[in-house]
Amino acid sequence: MTEGPGPRRDNFDRERFLDLLALMHRIRAFEEEAISGQKEGLVLGAIHPSIGQEAVAAGVCGNLETADLMLSTHRGHGHTLAKGADPLAMMRELYGRQGGTCGGKGGSMHIADFGVGMLGANGVVGANIPIATGAAHALKLQGSRQIVTCIFGDGAVNRGPFMEGLNWARVFDLPVLFVCEDNNFSATTRTRDMTGGAGAGARAESLGIEATEVDGNDLVAVDAAARAAIDAVRAGKGPRFLTCHTYRMTGHTSVDPAAYRPATEVEEWRGNDPIARIEVALRMAGVEDAQLASLHRDEADAMAQIARSARETDWPEAAGAFTDVQDMGDPRERAF
Amino acid sequence: MAKSTYLEAGRRAVMEEMQRDDAVWALGEDLGRGGVFGQYKGLQEMFGAGRIADTPISEACIMGAAVGAAMTGTRPIVEMRFSDFALCAVDELVNQAAKARFMFGGQMRVPLVVREPVGMWRSSAAQHSQSLESWYTHIPGLVVVAPATAADNLGLLKASIRCDDPVVYMEHKNLWSMEGEVPEGEHVVPLGKAAIAREGRDVTIVTWSGMRHGCITAAETLEGEGIEAEVIDLRTLWPWDRETVFASVEKTGRLLVVHEAVAVSGFGAEIAASVAEALHFRLKAPVARLGAPRIPIAYAPTMEDEARVTPDKIVAALRRTMQPEPVS
Repeated sequence: MTEGPGPRRDNFDRERFLDLLALMHRIRAFEEEAISGQKEGLVLGAIHPSIGQEAVAAGVCGNLETADLMLSTHRGHGHTLAKGADPLAMMRELYGRQGGTCGGKGGSMHIADFGVGMLGANGVVGANIPIATGAAHALKLQGSRQIVTCIFGDGAVNRGPFMEGLNWARVFDLPVLFVCEDNNFSATTRTRDMTGGAGAGARAESLGIEATEVDGNDLVAVDAAARAAIDAVRAGKGPRFLTCHTYRMTGHTSVDPAAYRPATEVEEWRGNDPIARIEVALRMAGVEDAQLASLHRDEADAMAQIARSARETDWPEAAGAFTDVQDMGDPRERAF
Repeated sequence: MAKSTYLEAGRRAVMEEMQRDDAVWALGEDLGRGGVFGQYKGLQEMFGAGRIADTPISEACIMGAAVGAAMTGTRPIVEMRFSDFALCAVDELVNQAAKARFMFGGQMRVPLVVREPVGMWRSSAAQHSQSLESWYTHIPGLVVVAPATAADNLGLLKASIRCDDPVVYMEHKNLWSMEGEVPEGEHVVPLGKAAIAREGRDVTIVTWSGMRHGCITAAETLEGEGIEAEVIDLRTLWPWDRETVFASVEKTGRLLVVHEAVAVSGFGAEIAASVAEALHFRLKAPVARLGAPRIPIAYAPTMEDEARVTPDKIVAALRRTMQPEPVS
């Protein structure tokens, strides 16, 4: 084995981080393809990119089992891919085509894939917190060893359901990991300007939930912190809270130029890119540049092919607008 | 048949469905002590604190947790205490529960029942008296049920618990102590089917919930004048039983819709419009609606009664429908 020098040489799981790096490239490539699809006018709805935040998705979801449940946000492509959803089905969903994860009924903000335990992105900030809490409540009633992970942004901590859900999870000692993916922005406003007190983790601790925080752009650190929290939750120790400090490299949506923040700040964070950082660690562990480059290229090429396939897929039948509404009653009543 | 109160019938429905199906459980404030009206009395002793769960005063989380629990293989009964308080959980009901199945392309369903006690009872003022059923009939994905009798509270609640759609189940607070005949054996009332509470040939009254009883009183009053009113209790508001209503109006040629809710934008408007569209040339009189004025409900009885739809007001509305003013 040709491991290079480095402080983590003895316990650094190279293969694991290569896999997670590939996942981070997949997430970024997915969103870059989605943004270019939108520029072409083919991805029609809003896209909330998580570019720059990929280490959170990979580091947290990389520690979950397929049977575990996960709930995400409007900025959820990364979490969903990391939970194991099919990128082609997701891309078709963004393009609003047949075979989309939700048959074209949801789009970017409403992707769910129950087959891999992904119980839904959500268009309402913080709304996934009570739902995740309830899913964990059901798992506890059922005596399951599965756990729930609920990922939300820093904006969500100022909504009432955040407090209600965390309190509930503590009161009932539920198997749920709350992950605050702190990218500094509540839509287009700095979260710190809108938040009293010490913020997310302190609020969790005030409710008796053990909270940790981690550099969310350091995949190795996120991975370790998430594993420790997930192990505790799975061991029946009740809810845990993890804040991952990261930065949203794009605007709130893909069409938001984010002119409300200085370019120097963005440049500084660009130097803190989570993909570049894990590549440095992997190089230190002896991975060749050529392997890193080919890993990147393979994911980018695969995603380009996925985007081509998505745009070549047919639209869903219009009649689908009337299915999956509800069992009782006729959705066609008063249809034109 | 045996006598039962409306409240006891609802309690029995929950008990029987929890015995029948381990996936059914209930969550809400004070349920362990029987719920705010006693409609869960003794159930925690019977089923344990896991399945009759006392919760914090966190309506958004009660509803949201039920959504998540329904997605995870259970069938929650959500107790909202007063329908007015359920407004704290409208996102969870309207944006989440009602939409999830569709939005996620039919991957799952959200089988939950939200019990929301509705309606006026004496001096409970503006935040404990409302009837907001039309808010929910407006929302694709939801079923809306409003039982008026003890037997229906048993049979409709059981049907609602078995329904795979999210159901807004509105019991009327003023009916809790009302007694009625209730079948002793298994009794499930199909959703979407109205009941003809009283037959008549001259005019059709469509109503639901507490107003069923005021309408029957009004119909009995007019019987002495030779006017036979047919009273249809919709029971389920969405989907509503168009066939039964249309058949009755074809027979009588006259329709009065009566509900306790504010008349403006009330669900009565949907029924009146549907009948006017479908049966215009069969009508002997314009369709009519009777509901509350568009005022908050007051505390003092003198003012409170201004918002109350009484048998006298129903009688007056029926007389107008029987003898409409000629067009001048």
